Amino acid sequence: MIEDWLAGACADAERRGLADLKPLLESLADATRALRAAGWEDTSGTPAAPPPAGTVAPPADGAPQ
Amino acid sequence: MTVPLHFHTITELGPLVAAGRLSSESLTRACLAEIEAHDGALNAFITVLGANAIAQARTLDAEIAAGRYRGPLHGMPISLKDLIDQEGVPTTAASRVREDHVAERDAPVTARLRAAGAVLLGKTNLHEFAFGTTSDDTAFGAVRNPHDPSRSPGGSSGGSAVAIVTGMSVASIGTDTGGSIRIPSAACGTVGLKPAWGEVPCEGVVPLSPSLDHVGPLARSVADAWLIYLVLCGQPTASRWPLPARRSIKGLRLGVPRQYFHDILDADVRERFAASLAWLRQAGAHTADVVIPHAGGAAPVYLHVTLPEAAAYHAAALAASPERYTKNVRLRLEMGRYVLAEDYVRAQAARAVLRREVDAALDGCDALVLPTLPIPAPPVGASIVEVAGSPQPVRGMMLRLTQLFSLTGHPAISMPIGDTPAGLPCGLQLVGRLDDTEGLLATAAACEPFVIA
Repeated sequence: MIEDWLAGACADAERRGLADLKPLLESLADATRALRAAGWEDTSGTPAAPPPAGTVAPPADGAPQ
Repeated sequence: MTVPLHFHTITELGPLVAAGRLSSESLTRACLAEIEAHDGALNAFITVLGANAIAQARTLDAEIAAGRYRGPLHGMPISLKDLIDQEGVPTTAASRVREDHVAERDAPVTARLRAAGAVLLGKTNLHEFAFGTTSDDTAFGAVRNPHDPSRSPGGSSGGSAVAIVTGMSVASIGTDTGGSIRIPSAACGTVGLKPAWGEVPCEGVVPLSPSLDHVGPLARSVADAWLIYLVLCGQPTASRWPLPARRSIKGLRLGVPRQYFHDILDADVRERFAASLAWLRQAGAHTADVVIPHAGGAAPVYLHVTLPEAAAYHAAALAASPERYTKNVRLRLEMGRYVLAEDYVRAQAARAVLRREVDAALDGCDALVLPTLPIPAPPVGASIVEVAGSPQPVRGMMLRLTQLFSLTGHPAISMPIGDTPAGLPCGLQLVGRLDDTEGLLATAAACEPFVIA
């Protein structure tokens, strides 16, 4: 639940002395709701294909290159 | 009135330098004089390499005299966004976090420019760590728009665009993660190219979001951007010079994505864009509306990719010296620590859908055409602007029309299409096929004479 995540994130930010982060976390929660609600079914009419060479996302750990 | 030579394009200056009719030293000195005269008010540069640049220019002039010509960038004074390593020079990223940094070696793009004969004039100011679109959160003072110093030049490559407009350098190298080359190009009236993702190496460039980061040129014309792009890709330019004749405008097929992209537009920007499209049609281009169904979902996708990737890179510095960041950038980086892994993965999967939708929109088109920025340059420090009677967040507005093509990796270029009645530049964005940045450049070169007011 995004609400639970938001409450936890805000509490953690407060504990870390980052109260200014709360409005940003609220806007992030809105964006997360939008991301999850967007319905990312493919509407292009083209079959799903592997991404072209050079456009593959990095590993999920997001390690900087 | 004659335009001073250091305000001309590389395409115009190159033959003069090659023929020994114009020295690189005089060109470099003219740029340095502009920096000396105007940079105190505009903050475009963080580091100026005056003596080094003059020494480099003299060496390059001696080569010409000895009959060695490296190609069209030979002797051209070019600046680097201060995110890009140059051996022996600090890469500050406009942040106190990197106060003691000095680059040990050239980034590959720097080495390629050096080998092509560019004079490396200095390092330009930017939004701290490229994590913003207005170039006002920086440890070196807000960059100012030369068209109206109370306005932002856009960002994050704000200093690069200012340097070109004011004659401080003939071109500049920037980076673009969500629009950071195209946004300042539109706000200041320059050409800015984001090549396709992965074409230009990002090694030796401080990352913002590695799966989205691009390096590319800001320049005074499409042809100049094309020449620099070839150098950045490691392709020889001497054999490609002059560039092939531009594609004909007649019969060019341009797709116009209106849904979402035209929903929130400043009235003056809307008018300039409509006029440009009319001129292109009058010149013989065909336009047809196209739809990118999930374009409206690009902003949350962008956020869920950039925030955690940026937070991962900055984790150690955030823990060790958070007070060294500007407040806004620090808070955005902290925000990235709270993005859930599952949403990062969702966002990466959504990028594949967006990529296919942009590919589908391009099917049967030479390029997509849309405004670069929905608003003219906002006031320095503003967080809200009024657009068509409604308050809108500046950050959201600045990224609104560019971030989609960063997510999908398609090449995109911004070029100037004249000013608002208040004298603020507007930009037109063309988007090309994933595997054909040169095709996009040829299309842009065909359109350029018809859209510059």
